Amino acid sequence: MREKELEKLKDYKYGFSTDIENFKAPKGLNEEVIKFISKIKKEPRWLLDWRLKAFERLKVLKEPDWQKPKYPKIDYQDLYYYSAPKNFKEKPKNLDELDPKLLETYKKLGIPLQEQKRLNNIAVDAVFDSVSVATTFKDKLTEKGIIFCSISEAVQKYPELVKKYLGTVIPISDHFFATLNSAVFTDGSFVYIPPNTKCPMELSTYFRINASDTGQFERTLIIADKGSYVSYLEGCTAPMRDENQLHAANVELIALDDAEIKYSTVQNWYPGDEDGKGGIYNFVTKRGLCKGNNSKISWTQVETGSAITWKYPSCILQGDNSIGEFYSIAITNNHQKADTGTKMIHIGKNTKSKIISKGISAGKSDMTYRGLVDIFKKAKNSSNYTQCDSLLMGNKCGAHTIPYIKNKNSDSTIAHEATTSKISEEQLYYCQQRGLSSEEAVSLIVNGFCKEVLQQLPMEFAVEAQKLVGISLEGSVG
Amino acid sequence: MEKKIITDFENTYKNSSLNDEAKFRKEFLNKFIEKGFPSKKLESWKFSDLNQIINKNIENLIFYNDTTKSNKIDESLYLKNLEHNKIVFINGKLEEIKFEHEDSNKVKISKETKIDNNLFKDNALIDLNNAFAIYNYKIHVEDGYNVKKPVVIYHTTNSELNSTNINIQLNFLLGENSSLKLIDTFNDISDKNFINIYYNFKLKKDSVLKNFKLDNLTNNNIKYSFNNIDQETNSVSETFILSNGSKFFKNEINCNLKGKYSSAFVNGIFSLSENRHHEIKTNINHLIENTKSYQLIKSVLDNSSKSVYQGKIYVDKDAQKTDGYQLSKAILLNENSEFNAKPELEIYADDVKCSHGSASGSLNDNSIFYLRSRGLNYKEAKNLLIKGFLLDVIEKITDEEIKNIIKSTMGLST
Repeated sequence: MREKELEKLKDYKYGFSTDIENFKAPKGLNEEVIKFISKIKKEPRWLLDWRLKAFERLKVLKEPDWQKPKYPKIDYQDLYYYSAPKNFKEKPKNLDELDPKLLETYKKLGIPLQEQKRLNNIAVDAVFDSVSVATTFKDKLTEKGIIFCSISEAVQKYPELVKKYLGTVIPISDHFFATLNSAVFTDGSFVYIPPNTKCPMELSTYFRINASDTGQFERTLIIADKGSYVSYLEGCTAPMRDENQLHAANVELIALDDAEIKYSTVQNWYPGDEDGKGGIYNFVTKRGLCKGNNSKISWTQVETGSAITWKYPSCILQGDNSIGEFYSIAITNNHQKADTGTKMIHIGKNTKSKIISKGISAGKSDMTYRGLVDIFKKAKNSSNYTQCDSLLMGNKCGAHTIPYIKNKNSDSTIAHEATTSKISEEQLYYCQQRGLSSEEAVSLIVNGFCKEVLQQLPMEFAVEAQKLVGISLEGSVG
Repeated sequence: MEKKIITDFENTYKNSSLNDEAKFRKEFLNKFIEKGFPSKKLESWKFSDLNQIINKNIENLIFYNDTTKSNKIDESLYLKNLEHNKIVFINGKLEEIKFEHEDSNKVKISKETKIDNNLFKDNALIDLNNAFAIYNYKIHVEDGYNVKKPVVIYHTTNSELNSTNINIQLNFLLGENSSLKLIDTFNDISDKNFINIYYNFKLKKDSVLKNFKLDNLTNNNIKYSFNNIDQETNSVSETFILSNGSKFFKNEINCNLKGKYSSAFVNGIFSLSENRHHEIKTNINHLIENTKSYQLIKSVLDNSSKSVYQGKIYVDKDAQKTDGYQLSKAILLNENSEFNAKPELEIYADDVKCSHGSASGSLNDNSIFYLRSRGLNYKEAKNLLIKGFLLDVIEKITDEEIKNIIKSTMGLST
């Protein structure tokens, strides 16, 4: 009985695909496709120009190659850059108009979009392939003046806000994947919290790649105005497919004076099968700017999916007294590879940052923590604390730590610690002696190892993440 | 530069009868020309752009070093209070080898022209060294022989040397159950030269190597030193680096722990002021089970000085039961000083204990307050704290006699 259950869990439970007719842009990356995307989204001229400028830049940029996990060359001309459910040219006015198949999909994923069914207090924006399909709890948010919608909608309704902030944290010429995203981004979420407002519920986006040969390039922009607070969650899944799919999103966070943004991710893209076939390439650029004084940005991530995860959610601590935090759990199993970490750039005075990173590698996987702490000359009295621990299971996997530490200010302190170890025999023996199976024991110990990070997640997510940690490591011991 | 370096190369080999060898060396020259001096585009030179440093400090670097004329040895430079064997280089030329305390059958020194060096293909500076170091010296310690007195290598330059590149290459072979204490000291009266030193150590079973590199006299030369250490079963290597005097100094230690139970220790001190820019880069490769490595690097940085520590511990999948520790600490005394670190772990085995730590900041205010409340003035309190901070590293030295000499050269003796 238990074995059967295990068998079921081993499989990627979100691996189904939805049979829905898609409306796609022609394959390939060129000006026409960009114009096509822009036109279909009825974008204003400035945004099209912006995209084309990024595309010009893209032509001279080279794909970076310094990362640890190498991957076969991606043919950018062999991808679809836009894919939407066919009857979706016009966005449905309310949920009743949604294709029932879509609703079904989200139900399978455990994200009920219909508000009446919802018990927990989370507003959801669901992105299916390239377009945002539904946003819930709109009224309640509008009451407070909070804007939570898809970015395409924001471009139409709040162009001045989008124009003011888009690309200010991740400029269009930043690096290859960010620039690619700037040129072809299709949809994503937009959040604006007005001054002195505390967002009453968790905001959440759920990403799903369904169509094959499709790259998903979403763009998220979150602005917390003076004295506001928001907690934002992001989840993602994809069907099981044999080919690798590219996901290159850009996420920009901007916190003004006294504002706080908490951004949590549970990333569970399809990791490929046991032999490393298929899976998502998750090359995401996430960057937060603590623009105002006393602002705070906190990243929490649980990375269990994707064939290759390559991302560094970063904080630019520009305002005085601003705070940046990064909590991460990254788990790799089978042939998964991850090169992840963070950057903390201290520019303002009295800025503080904290990095807690826990890496677990099992099977034949490979995991790298790569981080940068850079304290500028002017950043007086700044401090950083970094802790990155790695846990290895078996001798076919690798765990690496590559921190870069730059201290240019004598008043500032940086402390960095890292350890690498394995689960000790004593711990396992102790648990097993008390009746736990070896799998359960490992899951328990690993959860303890990750506890510091799991605690940072909002309640609903924490439970899910804890389960995910267990599932991701099934079959890696024994 | 390209034309210049080729003429200099031809001049170097013109008067010697080493035609075949010159041809072989030319390959290294070409490799160097292709790569050029390393710049910050290379990951391992990210924090120290040598190309830029050389361009900024040396106008026309000359690669031809005239070794025909002899230089007078200034014996006042010899280390006092220590009986030792001497190897004296002046302006890159070997002037004297004196092993008066040793059994000449047990320690053999030979001068070779052949180089069997195909290691480190990515390192342009080793290519440069291979191209221009006409002779390399081999020091072979026979099995079972403990070299009685330390060997001191004097790297001396005098005022005649200017804007010149010097390349020195030495090979050491320590036989089974042998031991060697080696001290490198630098005495520079010259200015603006680029000194490139390459040592290759082979440690057989049960041998012990202790290498002390002391760069404590202020000078405006640019230096690069590369130590490769291959270790067999149960061998021990201990490297101590005092990085202090030169304008720029990068010490690189590449250590391959190939035999079981072998261990490597690297301890380093940066004590820098006035635009000094120094770096220590280590690469400890644990290639087999039950090997150990410990690294401790401390910096005290004053004025606009900069220190860099790049330490890497690599653990192969066969290297179970590895212990690898790394700690780097820095005190920044001035707002223009800078500390950069990249402590790296690359691990492919699961039953290992590896850790690294890095901390940097200013002197602890509470400690200063404590000392001042007990009657010390600010300067005394500061000096006492720095002294204690650095003594921690010096106390790791396992040879009492040399430890005391280092303490007194640094003015830290009690």
